[in-house]
Amino acid sequence: MSARTVALVDSGGTNIGSVSYALERLGARAALTSDPATIRAADRVVLPGVGAAAAGMERLRAGGLVEVLHELEQPLLGVCLGMQLLFESSAEDGGVACLGLIPGAVVRIPVGPGVRVPHMGWNALEVLRPDPLLHGVASGERAYFVHSYAAPVGSTTLASTRHGGDWSAVVRSGNRWGAQFHPERSADVGARLLRNFMTEVSDD
Amino acid sequence: MTLARRIIPCLDVREGRVVKGTRFRDHVDMGDIVELAGRYRDEGADELVFYDITASPEGRRVDVGWVTRVAREIDIPFCVAGGIRSVEDARAVLHAGADKISVNTPATQRPALVSELASAFGVQCVVVGVDSLRDDDGQWRIRQLTGSPEATRALSTTTLEWVRRVQELGAGEIVLNCMGSDGVRAGYDIEQLSAVRQVCHVPLIASGGAGAAEHFAAVFATADVDGALAASVFHSGAVPIPALKEQLHDAGLVVRRTAGVRR
Repeated sequence: MSARTVALVDSGGTNIGSVSYALERLGARAALTSDPATIRAADRVVLPGVGAAAAGMERLRAGGLVEVLHELEQPLLGVCLGMQLLFESSAEDGGVACLGLIPGAVVRIPVGPGVRVPHMGWNALEVLRPDPLLHGVASGERAYFVHSYAAPVGSTTLASTRHGGDWSAVVRSGNRWGAQFHPERSADVGARLLRNFMTEVSDD
Repeated sequence: MTLARRIIPCLDVREGRVVKGTRFRDHVDMGDIVELAGRYRDEGADELVFYDITASPEGRRVDVGWVTRVAREIDIPFCVAGGIRSVEDARAVLHAGADKISVNTPATQRPALVSELASAFGVQCVVVGVDSLRDDDGQWRIRQLTGSPEATRALSTTTLEWVRRVQELGAGEIVLNCMGSDGVRAGYDIEQLSAVRQVCHVPLIASGGAGAAEHFAAVFATADVDGALAASVFHSGAVPIPALKEQLHDAGLVVRRTAGVRR
């Protein structure tokens, strides 16, 4: 793979290192940064995130990164909480206004018979629309999910997964993508998605 | 239901090496942690648990050096257990790249630890390990300090009460170690796991008793657990994971089938 630069937005959550290790395994240079200039200059931007929506948004605001993320023209990938923050709002923490880069709202996954929350483990992807990010990823392949909130399937959903209801697993709006699962912990499927993000999605 | 039942090997770690043996002596070196973790990953393990057997009884913190090494190399989720007594301990392990941390005895000594961890990192990172044994009156009750037989203490809290309580406090997953069946390899304690399942709305992982592939099929089908943890049957090769996955699939259970096996 061409050695592209990836800015991994340091939103202060834990476990951000795992995403950078995954990118390094693919030969990419990933820098964990909260510096607006570094983020703007990168070929690719990843917004990771583990934790809660309110704290995540607060850190982005405090770091002056909300505008930076809005202005990006290069491909942006939100992972897990990072994907949820791309939406307009999340029901977490009593309701949080998010980045609004992708239309729609994130809601809590309802507990039901046989439906445990958090949704934790390897679940099957259902590819709904072809996309460069999903090159080589087939319906039925499994990715590792860990979350209690989720985006319902909508017009931006590229792939879904089923846990009680159907939920967005991969979304796209323009040059913004999101993965609800953890590609860095999803073995070959996750590596494929990250590699596609580096090499298959268009630069413009 | 499309979520796969998880197969979870547990590895004991001592000073950055995987060991086996009794918890305090006669450790046999099994090999390099990254090498063994990679082997299990390739065989199709869905997740790994590393139990730091030095940190817990000796009151030491987990050495995050090996956590970082594993996080760099491994592309499946892993949990670190043993030696986590505070938010700061947990933060070090999670920052090093662990996906989850598991607390057991420290939660029984100070239950607020569970809520502190959940508010600091989110419930999805917080696993509560529960050591449970049936008492003479027929009730299952929790135990603490189970790392050594001499130190183990029985508590008055019933297992069902404790499982309810830790969920309220913020446990995102529960590993129920059924001590009565542990090490016997005669199968998981399906009666107990089924009872706990009734009160457990977060993922529940069975631990203790696996001796053969049928035991996994039985605990998934009957106790409806989300994952099954085992150590010796995987380490010894008695239950190879690829064959286990196929057997579970053939029994109608949803599993993640991986490379080396038809998809």
